[in-house]
Amino acid sequence: MLRIAGVLILLVTLYVTLRVADPNAFGSRNLIDVANRQGFYGVLTLGVAVLIVTGAIDLSIGSVAGLAAIMFGLLMGEGIRPIPAAGIVLLGGMLVGLAHGLLVTRLKLQAFLVTLCGLFIYRGIARYISKRPVGLSDIQQENPSMTSSIDWLRWLLIGKDENSALVFPAQLFVMIMLAVAIGFILHKSVIGRYWYAIGYNESAARYSGIATNRYRVLAFVISSTLASLGGILMLLDVRTADPNTAGTNWELFAITGAVLGGCSLKGGEGTAIGIVLGAAVLPLLQNAMSFVEIGGKEIPDSVIPVVIGFTLLLGTIVDEFFRKRSVGRK
Amino acid sequence: MQLAAGEVLAIVGENGAGKSTLMKILGGLYSPDGGEIRLEGQPVRFNNVNDAMNAGISLIHQELNLAENLSVAANIFLGRERLAARLWLRERPMTAEARTLLNRVGLSESLVHATVNQLAPGQKQLVEIARALSLNARVIIMDEPTSSLTQTETDRLYEVIFDLRASGVSIIYISHRLAEVKRCADRVTVLRDGRNAGELAKSDISHDAIVRLMVGRDLKGFYPRSGRVPRDGPPTLELKNVTFAGGPAQPISFSLRAGEIVGMAGLVGAGRTELAEAMFGIRAITAGAVSIDGKVVDIHHPSDAVEAGLSMAPEDRRLNGLVLEKSVQFNLSLPNMDRLSKNGVVSSSKESRLVDDLCAWLKVKTPSVHQVVGLLSGGNQQKVVLGKWLARTPRVLILDEPTRGVDVGARSEIYGLMDKLAADGVAVWMISSDLEEVLGMSDRVLVLHEGKLAGELNREQLSEEAVMRLATGAL
Repeated sequence: MLRIAGVLILLVTLYVTLRVADPNAFGSRNLIDVANRQGFYGVLTLGVAVLIVTGAIDLSIGSVAGLAAIMFGLLMGEGIRPIPAAGIVLLGGMLVGLAHGLLVTRLKLQAFLVTLCGLFIYRGIARYISKRPVGLSDIQQENPSMTSSIDWLRWLLIGKDENSALVFPAQLFVMIMLAVAIGFILHKSVIGRYWYAIGYNESAARYSGIATNRYRVLAFVISSTLASLGGILMLLDVRTADPNTAGTNWELFAITGAVLGGCSLKGGEGTAIGIVLGAAVLPLLQNAMSFVEIGGKEIPDSVIPVVIGFTLLLGTIVDEFFRKRSVGRK
Repeated sequence: MQLAAGEVLAIVGENGAGKSTLMKILGGLYSPDGGEIRLEGQPVRFNNVNDAMNAGISLIHQELNLAENLSVAANIFLGRERLAARLWLRERPMTAEARTLLNRVGLSESLVHATVNQLAPGQKQLVEIARALSLNARVIIMDEPTSSLTQTETDRLYEVIFDLRASGVSIIYISHRLAEVKRCADRVTVLRDGRNAGELAKSDISHDAIVRLMVGRDLKGFYPRSGRVPRDGPPTLELKNVTFAGGPAQPISFSLRAGEIVGMAGLVGAGRTELAEAMFGIRAITAGAVSIDGKVVDIHHPSDAVEAGLSMAPEDRRLNGLVLEKSVQFNLSLPNMDRLSKNGVVSSSKESRLVDDLCAWLKVKTPSVHQVVGLLSGGNQQKVVLGKWLARTPRVLILDEPTRGVDVGARSEIYGLMDKLAADGVAVWMISSDLEEVLGMSDRVLVLHEGKLAGELNREQLSEEAVMRLATGAL
């Protein structure tokens, strides 16, 4: 609870900063834009957070998302309609997660290492299968019959109309639906119960007669599947994806969101609400910084990573401080 | 409380009686709220561990504090290395001094460069003592030093303790094992609820006298036996020519009947825990057949074992038995999710009903079922470990060291529970290194020696000597 209160205070502070820095930026246009991005980050964060609860980690999210975006574009370029194409990509994401999970549970490899290798491998595959960026415009020109269904899917998932104007924060709604589902699994279902037990003490869970590997693999599948959903959303949103850069560093943003939201990298901790709020911090922070002026000067882009780093560090320190106080243990 | 030079003072008391807290105050880990500590007549005040060490008081923790990956010599001097130019390690004088110290505690000098993780538990304990001696300790406090030692290692430890006593070192010895206290202490101080409940001089030390002071009343029928009888019919658990990963090449066969408590004795390292782990699906069974109620079962994972009606309270409850950071409720319901949920959704009303029932039945002392289990005393933690399985009415209950680190009060309650379960028709398989407990609770005793079944003793044949003879492989 303390953790959720902390991240709420952070969010409110950022909204207030935005309001003070530039009342115009607090208009609905900018806020919807931020909400949409918060939704997008939330999708990625929910996936990795589930994995973090079980005590594992996924460094391959960005590359999986990048590869998913490229695959989605290429499949549609081949004339496969958007919804089946998205289905194939999501299925591919599941298989990637399954592979990670099996490598970690069967061969007893470390999740950090397996997914680090994935980070390189999927990026390489994306660059190999597409030498140049894929773009929705090209696809729509080559397959005019698909134009309307792509636009429809784009409106549904991203909330942008044919003219790329943002009508409503659809990605936020997508994320909320996912968050409700994952929250239900985490907090009300047997699966979530086992995830927490595994995260704190895998051995005790196993000695309790739980087939722990099954549940660990499931968490990997969820992480990679949501990462590939992120890739699909990205291509629909910005209309183009470069195999070299699409999705780079997203794993780090997702992990940051999860940690800000109260997940411990040691496993066993985190709540759905916390995760959603944690994921909302970075997009808002980036947006707010672009409006804040110090001494009449804008803050340069280069400062943003510094601020992100310090925010996370500060959050961790405060958290550690309270944890010590509340449990009273060394 | 007083301690004379060259005296071995045993401190006993139930868990939560304040033994560890008191020792931590002496060791400089905690500060006293009031009162005075005098060392050779001088009032002293320790603000940290270094103060206590410099004054000559050394505390050896129950969980040994050695760096497993470093050598014996490096451990002895950890934090106080002999240095040249304040940076460079001077290995030679340290090694030499370490050799002398090892000699003094009766360890082979050749161990000086061995890494600690290669040592047996008993040797590690002696390294800790060597470390304390290197500090010129005048008072050495040992917290449950024998809890993981074999009989020979324990004997060795006593020799060292008696040597130290002869050379004027005072020893405070904390133990749950009253037989040991009787053997080595010059005097016993009993703590109850943080107070000095009484002292016994060497001649007055007896099991009954200590227990009376500890719990403040007589304990009649400490090992209950409510007329349980082994049931007829096929054995509840039967092993035929079983071998398992990490076990001996020679196959093992034995059986358990419903309604009996079978003790399994043996030295540490005899392979009792490994055998139990194999039965429970933690280790792979490589050959042979396991049957339950006459039906052969295939166990590859604890989930198979639970399905087949087995349950286990593992030896290391903090590592394998409990999710320490989670609540009593979380732990009690963990293996029972199948009956607490429908279509994968947990029913919180069913859950709290089950947990409340279990807590009441087990008499778990906890402020609430939402209390973090790691904050409970050892005895109450162990009750929770047992309670995890009681809702399932298992066919076989494997208990690996069920009362290790458990105080007398909770211990007697656990014995009562075992007796009741057996009377209700559960086959109880109790692995224990506590001979008193094995003799007191078992209807039958199986003794393991180097992984092999060395023999079986029924109640009439049962005696401490008979068990030890089989356990040590003497004929």
